[in-house]
Amino acid sequence: MDTVRVIFKRPFALGLLSLILVLLATLPLYATDYTVILLTAILMYIAITVSWTIFSGPTRYISLASAAFFGVGIYTSAILGKAFPLLAVIGIGGFISVILALFIGLLTLRLRGMYFIIFTFGISELIKNSLLWWETNRTGTVGRWVVAVDHTTVYYIMLAIFAVALLTAYLMRHSKLGLALQSIGDNEEAAAHAGINVTLVKVITFAISAFFMGAAGAIMATRWAYIDPRIAFNPLFSFMPVLMAIFGGMGQLYGPILGAAFFTYLEEILITKFAYYYMLIFGLVLAITILYLPNGLAGLIQKWRKGGVAKQRTDT
Amino acid sequence: MLVTALDIVIGGLIMGGIYALIAVGLSLQYGVGRVLNVSHGEFIMVGAFITYSLYALFGISPLISLVICGPFLFIIGFAIHRTFFQYLRNTSESLDAFEGSSLLASFGLLFIIQNIALLIWKANVRGYIYLTTSVSILGAVFPANRLTALLFAVVISLAFYIFLRSTRLGKAIRAAAEDSSVAGLLGVNIHRVLAICFGLGALMAGFAGALISMIYEIQPTMGMQYTIIALIVVVLGGLGSITGSLIGGFILGLIGSIVTYIDPGLSLIAYYVIFILLLLVRPRGILGR
Repeated sequence: MDTVRVIFKRPFALGLLSLILVLLATLPLYATDYTVILLTAILMYIAITVSWTIFSGPTRYISLASAAFFGVGIYTSAILGKAFPLLAVIGIGGFISVILALFIGLLTLRLRGMYFIIFTFGISELIKNSLLWWETNRTGTVGRWVVAVDHTTVYYIMLAIFAVALLTAYLMRHSKLGLALQSIGDNEEAAAHAGINVTLVKVITFAISAFFMGAAGAIMATRWAYIDPRIAFNPLFSFMPVLMAIFGGMGQLYGPILGAAFFTYLEEILITKFAYYYMLIFGLVLAITILYLPNGLAGLIQKWRKGGVAKQRTDT
Repeated sequence: MLVTALDIVIGGLIMGGIYALIAVGLSLQYGVGRVLNVSHGEFIMVGAFITYSLYALFGISPLISLVICGPFLFIIGFAIHRTFFQYLRNTSESLDAFEGSSLLASFGLLFIIQNIALLIWKANVRGYIYLTTSVSILGAVFPANRLTALLFAVVISLAFYIFLRSTRLGKAIRAAAEDSSVAGLLGVNIHRVLAICFGLGALMAGFAGALISMIYEIQPTMGMQYTIIALIVVVLGGLGSITGSLIGGFILGLIGSIVTYIDPGLSLIAYYVIFILLLLVRPRGILGR
């Protein structure tokens, strides 16, 4: 199996990864509540960003539907939270997002480039506004209360979603499906001529990436306690993964992780006191990244490492 | 009956005039420069706030502010394109890659402009009273400021249309919209024309912002809703078609007015439904190539 070989080739990376996972798993035993809550947020953004990258990274189809999948998870939690056990609710949240993704995927078969971007944005906003209208006119209350869950449980579930999302992203990169996606990104016509069922590959991958966003939304809802359509379907949840993934760099798996962790931490230290400055810095970092770091932080690290190797070669 | 119909139609035209104005700006920036400028609404917001501030601080009439914030935003837009988007265009592998990265870069611009505005003007909703005397048209009553806004929107749109059709620069812009590399070969200074187009888009946003501040409440986060409307109109009219955007603006205004008459809460939903159906059925829009 390819995967196993790749992992065994890098004993150092494997060791580091296990160490980080053990640290993360035992964290609530010794860390403060504040750290646990902060890490939950970081894990959430990493999970969303990594799952966004699963589809949009190799295919270069920029999806702005993340808010829709995330929001669907949130609303699943709000509506079914009382009736079902927590894990079932999270599973259902992910599952409904998958169905929505299949639906959007089938609708957008013919759309490419700019049209795909604005379509995915439009559909999220349509869902938000329809829900808002429904809640105001039919239910009578705009917001809903969500059954609260203690933050250690939220943390562990988020850690699980994060781990599974990461593993999926890793396996996809080293599978035939990943290669197919890559070739779609390089040249869709050529990929189709090479015998790849372009539609099937795109739609399935889109649905897989939606699952994690829905699941993450379902568990995050229990942290927020009160939600309404504007909170649940906030377009920022569509923009953030894109920006985080680009800032981190999509060429490497660790890129989106770096990007998400950096921005979530920045948000944490700035947003309460200097919210406007946070968003301002956010915009500046984004603009500068696109201008000068088209491959993101990961690209910079790759370049630096290659530069190091080249230098060693010239030295000897 | 007649009064209701007039209410809906003229109300729709008023909204439509403003929609057309903001859509033409976006259409110009995308159709010629390939920059889908999602910070377009932010330029509108800046235009609205400059007009508001000049009125509140110095009592300058919004109609005079039109002449101030239009050119001011033109310079800003021109400078942004010259430094920012031109560099991006030169370093992008292909025009498609540039479309993607310029869209993301304009998201950056959105956050930058919006939050500078929030720091300057704070998050409060603002407004001022200007020309609120009512005017009656065959029994349907409208505040004078709305009719003035409609008049100016129509005049500006027409003037702009004539400028594109009959001036030398207008021809260069249309040539660049057809095929920028060929236009470049034929002696059009392409970078200058693209920057002018982006500046003109910002100019239209500035005009629209000034007119909007006369009739609606404004706040620094208002930009997004206008960007979305501009986007819908541009898709309705056909991506890149200026005439399409002008017509599309009025069509969307009329539809909005009819839907608002039925249920005000449904107008935004109707816009999105139209948008999505259009993308699915006829992504080229009504006048797209």
